[in-house]
Amino acid sequence: MAQVTTATRLTGLRAAPGLRERLDIPKRVVFLAAASMVAIVALLMIFIAWQGIQLFVKDGVSIGEIFSPTWNPLADGGPQFGFLPFIAATILVTGGALLISTPLSVGLALFLSEVAPNWAKAIVQPSLEIFVGIPSVVWGWLGITVLVPFLGKTFHDPFVVSLPVVGQVFSVPGFLTGFSWLAGSLVLSVMVLPTITSVAYDAFRAVPQELRTGSLALGTTRWQMIRHLLIPSALSGVLTAVVLGMTRAAGEALAVQMVIGNSPSMPAAITQPLTTLTSQITLDMGNTVFGEPWQDALWTMSLILLIISVTSVVLVRVINKRRMGS
Amino acid sequence: MTAPANQALARPSGPKQSLRRKGSRGSILADRAATVVLWGTGVLVLAILGSILLHFALAAWGVVSPSFILDDPSSTALGGIMPVLWNSIYMLVLTMLIAVPVGILGGIYMAEYAGENAVTSAIRFAEEAISSVPSIVVGLFGLILFVDDAHWGFTALAGALALTFFNLPLMTRLSEQALRAVPQEERSASLALGATKWQTIQHVVVPLAIPGLITGVILTAGRVFGEAAVLLFTAGVGTPPHYNFANFDLLNPASPWSPFRPATTLSVYIYKLNSEGLGAFKNQIVDGSAAILIAMVLIFNLGARFIGRLLTRRLTAA
Repeated sequence: MAQVTTATRLTGLRAAPGLRERLDIPKRVVFLAAASMVAIVALLMIFIAWQGIQLFVKDGVSIGEIFSPTWNPLADGGPQFGFLPFIAATILVTGGALLISTPLSVGLALFLSEVAPNWAKAIVQPSLEIFVGIPSVVWGWLGITVLVPFLGKTFHDPFVVSLPVVGQVFSVPGFLTGFSWLAGSLVLSVMVLPTITSVAYDAFRAVPQELRTGSLALGTTRWQMIRHLLIPSALSGVLTAVVLGMTRAAGEALAVQMVIGNSPSMPAAITQPLTTLTSQITLDMGNTVFGEPWQDALWTMSLILLIISVTSVVLVRVINKRRMGS
Repeated sequence: MTAPANQALARPSGPKQSLRRKGSRGSILADRAATVVLWGTGVLVLAILGSILLHFALAAWGVVSPSFILDDPSSTALGGIMPVLWNSIYMLVLTMLIAVPVGILGGIYMAEYAGENAVTSAIRFAEEAISSVPSIVVGLFGLILFVDDAHWGFTALAGALALTFFNLPLMTRLSEQALRAVPQEERSASLALGATKWQTIQHVVVPLAIPGLITGVILTAGRVFGEAAVLLFTAGVGTPPHYNFANFDLLNPASPWSPFRPATTLSVYIYKLNSEGLGAFKNQIVDGSAAILIAMVLIFNLGARFIGRLLTRRLTAA
């Protein structure tokens, strides 16, 4: 653009810009299309925040109350809106999923970027894309028909229960059908695997090839190079990957709701049925009336989810800024 | 050449020669083990995907048939999923009608016009924020905005708009990437010939980016097709009535062509059947529906690859 205007001015080949050119309508149109996302986010935040504070403003529930461990909207002495079981379950189910998924995903990312020959990449990468595409209801249904019955059997298997450490974990008394914290974490770990893998893969690819050849030329093995050079230099990228995986896991609703058992109790064992923020919203939204305190509590939960996701966006930005800085 | 490096890696005690050998044997073993483990992750992921595909292929056997795809749901027999499959396709088309133009235009701004300034970083922040907001929250936003405040009730249009909100960042980002991949020389050549910036975009950049843009459209479509949480509270969850496809009155909620009617899609239908847990054929219907969803995902993915490659070849050869 700059060259054209300079050339025009110098040679005077083109007339002064007319009204049409000065208005530059195409530029305005494409700008509006891009800026519409800002409007959507702003509106979404305003609406969810407004609905989310009604529980405190209109229904007179104090902020301290929502951190109580008792959830009973139909209690005789007035409804009790303690979110602590849901918040704890969201954190623990997400944490469990990340504990399972992170080593696997980072390993897979290393495999793709350092080890895999081209033919293996050509198989694994498209497979990951198919993984991403599998809808969450399908993951939930797989969880119900395959994973949950398997876990239910395992929880009661005499051999498993007789094992030293594993047995103690699985023989916790309670309602052991297979619908559990563990089932939720396992389903989520498969769902976030492609997210973590692809972001970590990009981070490993971004490490300059010279550093690799330099390290190998000094006589290190490939694993020493990965451990002492690649992982430290890509650490912020791997961290970003984990945060993005966490965001996806904490926000996933339907698949978790289908396998977690939906019991609003405080988490005590990985074999126990729980309820997360998302699964409680999914379950109750259709059964409540707009404007009643029970539904207002659900809006407050979605405000908490919104705050979690915006925080993670900021967190990713901070991590990346630090990487650019160093 | 390798000796000094290996000495540095070995623990500094004992006779150097033997320690170095011991150390390198240990590190070579560790390297071998690591290679095996990393290969293992690749094999494991393929095994999981393979067994999922096999599981649904077996589960769909005997359920998915022409009548399963073409019949109305039935409460007494296996029935079919035609109305919900229709709704999935209808919602997909309606959403893409809005999301594709807006996404590509937004991508043009981000790739061709956006400078390094506060406006651009606000747009980038919005892009990242929507991508990370849980789909259920986007659905609730649609519920409050369209269903409650605008008094539309559960409608296909509300669902399609909520789906657009959710997928616009993806469509914009993929378009931006496709446009940025066009070599700078093409733009310079066009500008040097006296074309305006917009003429350059219209006649040079966009045509060259078409393979990438189409891949973006197909990938977004795949995500729209499987989404359920966004639609649960916007497009409704009721079992659809018998559709009369001869009714083209777009304003009549009874017409399957109308955007002003509830539209339960295939994914939402799976969720609904599972949570209601009714009917003797529930498991078969859900297995069959899930198999169809997975088949569509495969078609969208392979389609994106195939069409992208085909178009690139055509356009670069021409």
